[in-house]
Amino acid sequence: MTQPVSPPRDDTPKVSPVEGPSQWRTLAARADVRTLSLLGVLAALILIGGITKPDEFLDTRNLQLVLTQASVIGVVTVGMTFVITSGGIDLSVGAIVALASVWATTVATQEYGFAGILFTAVIVGVGCGLVNGLLIAYGGMVPFIATLAMFASARGLALQITDGKTQIVTVEGVLDLGGRDAYILGIPPLVMVFALVTVIGWLLLNRTTFGRRSVAVGGNAEAARLAGIDVRRQRLYLYLLSGLCCGVAAFLLIVLSGSGQNTNGNLYELDAIAAAIIGGTLLSGGRGTITGSVLGVLIFTTITNIFALNNLQSDVQQIAKGAIIVAAVLVQRRTASTT
Amino acid sequence: MAPEPPLLTMSGITKSFPGVRALDGVDLDVQTGEVHCLLGQNGAGKSTLIKVLAGAHQPDDGTISWRGEQVTLRSPIAAMRLGIATIYQELDLVEGLSVAENVYLGHEPTAAGFVVRGKDARASTAALLKRLGHSEIDPGRLVGDLSAAQQQIVSMARALSHDVRLIVMDEPSAALDPDEVDNLFRIVGDLTDEGVAVVYISHRLEEIRRIGDCVTVLKDGRAVAGGLPAKSTPTREVVALMTGRNVEYVFPDRPEHQDLPDPVLEVQGLAREGEFAPLDLTLRPGEIVGLAGLVGSGRSEILETIYGARKPTAGQVRVDGRPLRPGSVRAAVRAGLGLAPEERKAQALLMLESVTRNVSVSSMSRFSYGGWLDRGAEREAAHQATRELSLRPDNPSVPVRTLSGGNQQKAVLARWLLRGCRVLLLDEPTRGVDVGARAELYAVIRRLADDGLAVLLVSSEVPEVLGLADRVLVLREGHVVHTAPARELDEHRVLDLVMEGTPAS
Repeated sequence: MTQPVSPPRDDTPKVSPVEGPSQWRTLAARADVRTLSLLGVLAALILIGGITKPDEFLDTRNLQLVLTQASVIGVVTVGMTFVITSGGIDLSVGAIVALASVWATTVATQEYGFAGILFTAVIVGVGCGLVNGLLIAYGGMVPFIATLAMFASARGLALQITDGKTQIVTVEGVLDLGGRDAYILGIPPLVMVFALVTVIGWLLLNRTTFGRRSVAVGGNAEAARLAGIDVRRQRLYLYLLSGLCCGVAAFLLIVLSGSGQNTNGNLYELDAIAAAIIGGTLLSGGRGTITGSVLGVLIFTTITNIFALNNLQSDVQQIAKGAIIVAAVLVQRRTASTT
Repeated sequence: MAPEPPLLTMSGITKSFPGVRALDGVDLDVQTGEVHCLLGQNGAGKSTLIKVLAGAHQPDDGTISWRGEQVTLRSPIAAMRLGIATIYQELDLVEGLSVAENVYLGHEPTAAGFVVRGKDARASTAALLKRLGHSEIDPGRLVGDLSAAQQQIVSMARALSHDVRLIVMDEPSAALDPDEVDNLFRIVGDLTDEGVAVVYISHRLEEIRRIGDCVTVLKDGRAVAGGLPAKSTPTREVVALMTGRNVEYVFPDRPEHQDLPDPVLEVQGLAREGEFAPLDLTLRPGEIVGLAGLVGSGRSEILETIYGARKPTAGQVRVDGRPLRPGSVRAAVRAGLGLAPEERKAQALLMLESVTRNVSVSSMSRFSYGGWLDRGAEREAAHQATRELSLRPDNPSVPVRTLSGGNQQKAVLARWLLRGCRVLLLDEPTRGVDVGARAELYAVIRRLADDGLAVLLVSSEVPEVLGLADRVLVLREGHVVHTAPARELDEHRVLDLVMEGTPAS
């Protein structure tokens, strides 16, 4: 076999079919069937959008809008992907986003300006994640129940803080970040944050011991424990990570809407779980893909956009989303049984 | 034998699961009104056989005849209609329903086709419970509130609520106190007096002696003996059938240890209440020590307690003279212990992952800088470890689930080799490993010991312990009854010790 490129770091002459040094082959092996099919679905959606509303859908502003909308839920989904990969679930993400967004936009917090809002959003997210993690890892609670309790309490607290009112942001720096003047080379800052979180998430899952441990805990917690992994501490970290992502997403939402509301993040938990699952992350744990999750988010956001442009009701949208989830899981089951 | 055909004849029953032949041409004859005992070690095929009989598994090959006529048991309901009821080890009762509702689950007495006549169900349940000698159980109580023994009675009442001719009981005495066992035996006696046949599964030979009429012994998916008289067959013969090898394994030569270094592992008075009595044990580098005992003798519990996976109720473990934090796997791993557990797939392997990742999982800090993995170094080190053990195929990027049992075990050993572990705890290392691959695994284990590892080996296969270990501890019901160099023991002696607890003179 001739290799145009010399092996990068490995100077032993072993060549295995899967891990050959050719850049292209590595890329092809990594872009598995599932990722390719998700890309295909996304391409088809863009085609549909382009055909049904050629002027409006492919307009730069519209594409910027789609990506901006994807950013908030996308950041949440990255955290959710880790949790699901480890065999857990986080039902509280939407409620944490709501709580963090209202806590960070109270009059008192806004007095501390940009940094105060950012700091508060992140700390509230991490704090909620800490409670989730402690209850699950050290309190022995089932993730479903612990995060369901957090879901209820965080929403309640968010309502108590706002008294149901919208909290308008008056801090200039925050509002500017959402404006068109802040775009760099046509890319909204929010989208850049999403891209950054995605890259960090991908590296964390695929290139670090943290990612390996998460996969090991999800694949076989007992085996991970007997291999010497601190399973409980790993679980704690995972819910902290999910909370952190919620805090960041809350900040993005504040920038995007210029306000904080207790109804923010409604149904985010379902959207994030759905995006992760259609992306190829196993709900039972042990396998996760950040690339798939992000594609899942983009697919859902694009559908929403196309439906809105074509003046279709949101109920039709929901039905389409449901159908896509069912189809994706059925395809997954088929590919799982043939391998 | 009476001219009347046997109640049940199973012949040539074969059943394969992916990678395993669970049953390989098993024959079983059960006569009306007899207690037919089924003996065999874990994994011998008992559970699969009774699931075939219950209609829960379809055999790949073989025939089943019921009262002289060939039948196909397509589903549990089909088996139940013929009069075959199964009481599983894991009781399959619904805890949130009442006793009567459980007994009549699926065949409730109804009015107008769907309205449950609860009163009738309760009345006939009370009658069944009275017949079983447990009229104190209220048919209206929730099953979840009952004791394990009472739940078993409910299970039996459920079996009797059908017109039953054969009851299969899977280790019914496992969860019972001695006097409850007496009641169970009385019920079995009453049933057989009424002409009902019982297939009784147990590990406990003395029970089989008390109530059994005849015994079929399963080993490795085959019936190695059928219809032995339960009361008169010598214990030694039965045990030899259960544990006996049918292939001569080749064991590596045992080196002459002149003066071994100081012990690396010292176990002092380690105990877990209800599992095993205080145990003393020392293990020197280069030495293989074997624990021989039957299922339930506390073998695996001892290994897991040393490893910190279970918390001891007394005693301590020292590595290089330093006490180990009890009940902490991480402390044990850090001190240089490694465990190859009994259930490889459930307790050791990450089945979705590659060989590399399975091997490196305990040594990730060696290939990472601040949490960042050097995957090239990881792959190279894992490959080196697997190559040292001649793991096949010689490609560590294949998924571990595609390997054979022997090579999966090598992947687990490679994990600890890579970690640089100094005390290796092996729990049934050749379970699920092809006969042909065993000799190779034995050679690997011996070579690891020669390289300075201390090995503690648990096996239910007596020849394996005797062939591989330097020193042997014989266990019976959680107590060490004998310790001796392996060369001074033979299989029969160990079997006597394991069964009776006293060395035969």
